[in-house]
Amino acid sequence: MAIWLDENSKIIVQGMTGSEGTKHTRRMVASGANVVGGVNAKKAGESVDGIPVFASVAEAMAETGANVSVLFVPPRFTKDAVDEAVDAAMPLAVVITEGVPVHDTAKFFQYAENAGTTRIIGPNCPGIISPGKSNAGIIPADITKAGRIGLVSKSGTLTYQMMYELRDIGFSTCVGIGGDPIIGTTHIDCLAAFQEDPETDAIVMIGEIGGDAEERAAAFIKDNVTKPVVGYVAGFTAPEGKTMGHAGAIVSGSAGTAAAKQEALEAVGVKVGKTPSATAALMREIMTGK
Amino acid sequence: MDLYEYQAKHLFDAHGVPVTPGEVCTTADAAHEAARKIGSAVVVKAQVKTGGRGKAGGVKLADNPDDAQAKAGAILGMDIKGHTVHKVLVTAASDIAAEYYVSFLLDRANRTFLAMASVEGGVEIEEVAVTNPEALAKIRVDALEGCTEAKAKEIADAAGFPEAIKGQVISILQQLWKVLVDEDATLVEVNPLILDPQGTVLALDGKVTLDGNADYRHASHADFEDRDNTDPIELRAKEFDLNYVKLQGEVGIIGNGAGLVMSTLDVVAYAGEEFGGVKPANFLDIGGGASAEVMANGLDIVLNDPEVKSCFVNVFGGITACDAVANGVLKALEMLEANGVELTKPIVARIDGNNAVEGRRILNDANHPLIELVETMDDAARRVAQLAAGK
Repeated sequence: MAIWLDENSKIIVQGMTGSEGTKHTRRMVASGANVVGGVNAKKAGESVDGIPVFASVAEAMAETGANVSVLFVPPRFTKDAVDEAVDAAMPLAVVITEGVPVHDTAKFFQYAENAGTTRIIGPNCPGIISPGKSNAGIIPADITKAGRIGLVSKSGTLTYQMMYELRDIGFSTCVGIGGDPIIGTTHIDCLAAFQEDPETDAIVMIGEIGGDAEERAAAFIKDNVTKPVVGYVAGFTAPEGKTMGHAGAIVSGSAGTAAAKQEALEAVGVKVGKTPSATAALMREIMTGK
Repeated sequence: MDLYEYQAKHLFDAHGVPVTPGEVCTTADAAHEAARKIGSAVVVKAQVKTGGRGKAGGVKLADNPDDAQAKAGAILGMDIKGHTVHKVLVTAASDIAAEYYVSFLLDRANRTFLAMASVEGGVEIEEVAVTNPEALAKIRVDALEGCTEAKAKEIADAAGFPEAIKGQVISILQQLWKVLVDEDATLVEVNPLILDPQGTVLALDGKVTLDGNADYRHASHADFEDRDNTDPIELRAKEFDLNYVKLQGEVGIIGNGAGLVMSTLDVVAYAGEEFGGVKPANFLDIGGGASAEVMANGLDIVLNDPEVKSCFVNVFGGITACDAVANGVLKALEMLEANGVELTKPIVARIDGNNAVEGRRILNDANHPLIELVETMDDAARRVAQLAAGK
């Protein structure tokens, strides 16, 4: 089980022949992920460590039965690459690329919505890992063992930090949804999937300033999530109107502040930790009673 | 990047949105000359990237060039909500028959674009949005379909624009959509859009926010950069290609990953409460790679900030292992010393994650007089705040 990614996942890498693509393909393979192909129209027929390169996503799917694509395509080509995955009806497209113009993301997201065949994770995200089963993206596989906590986060390193703090308890699936203003898979999508997943007992949700995704997630939890949820929100001290690295993490006016998010989450019974360690401690108590 | 009104209007004009002619001036004498050229009554408008400048006295009507010079002299140098006025826009004064509001913006919640329009524009639009939300039409605009003529008509109808000017409004909406798309903007706002007594609709003000991720396809946008009003340390960080934001505080922060660094700011601020309100001095994300060179650049920037009293290096080794990070920190300090930088400020390091034991061993063995290794993020934050407070 786990969500969206498991031992049956067959992964292709769009942009496998680029330096980042090659590096992370090797890491994915080393962590036990089943990477069955790469895509690069100009290098079709070549291979990377014995993994064949195909001319198109459609061809790679037809030849290998791939059901996940991880994209390491440079920003200026990302929209076309995602559209190609959607055209091929790839079930899951994980867009790692950072720096994609938001108009491009808006377009490929709408394109995927219209087609209704492809879940997009990202862009500007570390990807998704189901420890011990599969790994699609750049999340280090050796941080944690498999277990029964589900994790959803906008931030990469905070994802790693939380996985590390709770590594002895372990995770079913960890999803880094990315920090851009428009992302394909949201906190709510992950909460809904974890709620349905029989291998997940409790959920950690990491948010940050900007937008109202956490507030909407809180409303969703109230009506739809019965499993325990622990939350953390980064950016209490971030000043208004400044972008803090993630394009999405900008506070404009009163909405979107960390305090507002914490309040919304606590109002629906989510325990919110003051620091990452305190948040991990809350989850530890739920999972172990200690 | 937020643009100034005069820059926004420049983009409007380039895409066919009607605006009043004007000239941007940095001196009162230039304002005199600009008003003389316009040859009628003018408005002198402070160019600041914040709202409420009219109420703050930053927008003044001037009857003649001498008056324009006097008004510009008063406005230049004025402080509006912490923004110093370095430029004024001198523009022909318009008689106003009606004030409207139109905008296009990124709708994060619905992952698409949104048009907003109202026939009750002007300075009170935010008030209108709260007290009389029906007066502000909100129409979703599909990213793939765009603002077609039919969509523009739908927006104009929903807002209730008078029939006599609806054609003009529809065409302005389509032109503004072009500004949004062609310039890769995330916000295009006109408030007010006015109707003059002759029946012409035109943009009297403009706000545009550009998407930095799209800079690679807009070479001309570099001209909009506001070097004069950027913090000098931020400018230097930008030269190093570092993701840095200057804040008001005493504890320099270096970390990897935007979320972790934001979290570090919070944890340091909490810890600082114990030591007389010590605060983080900056946001600096050196990214996932964290090479020695990037670490050296980061330390160079942070340690050279005169407000910084102590520095917190908070790294979670994911892809980059902690031993590489530890070596990076040591090498960075060596590089700085070799470049003649005098190192005096204490550094608290917390490294965790991939190969943390080896990373800590390297730092411990190095026994560097300025580096103190603390195991957890919370304890490290407390220690670095304590050092900043001189305790």
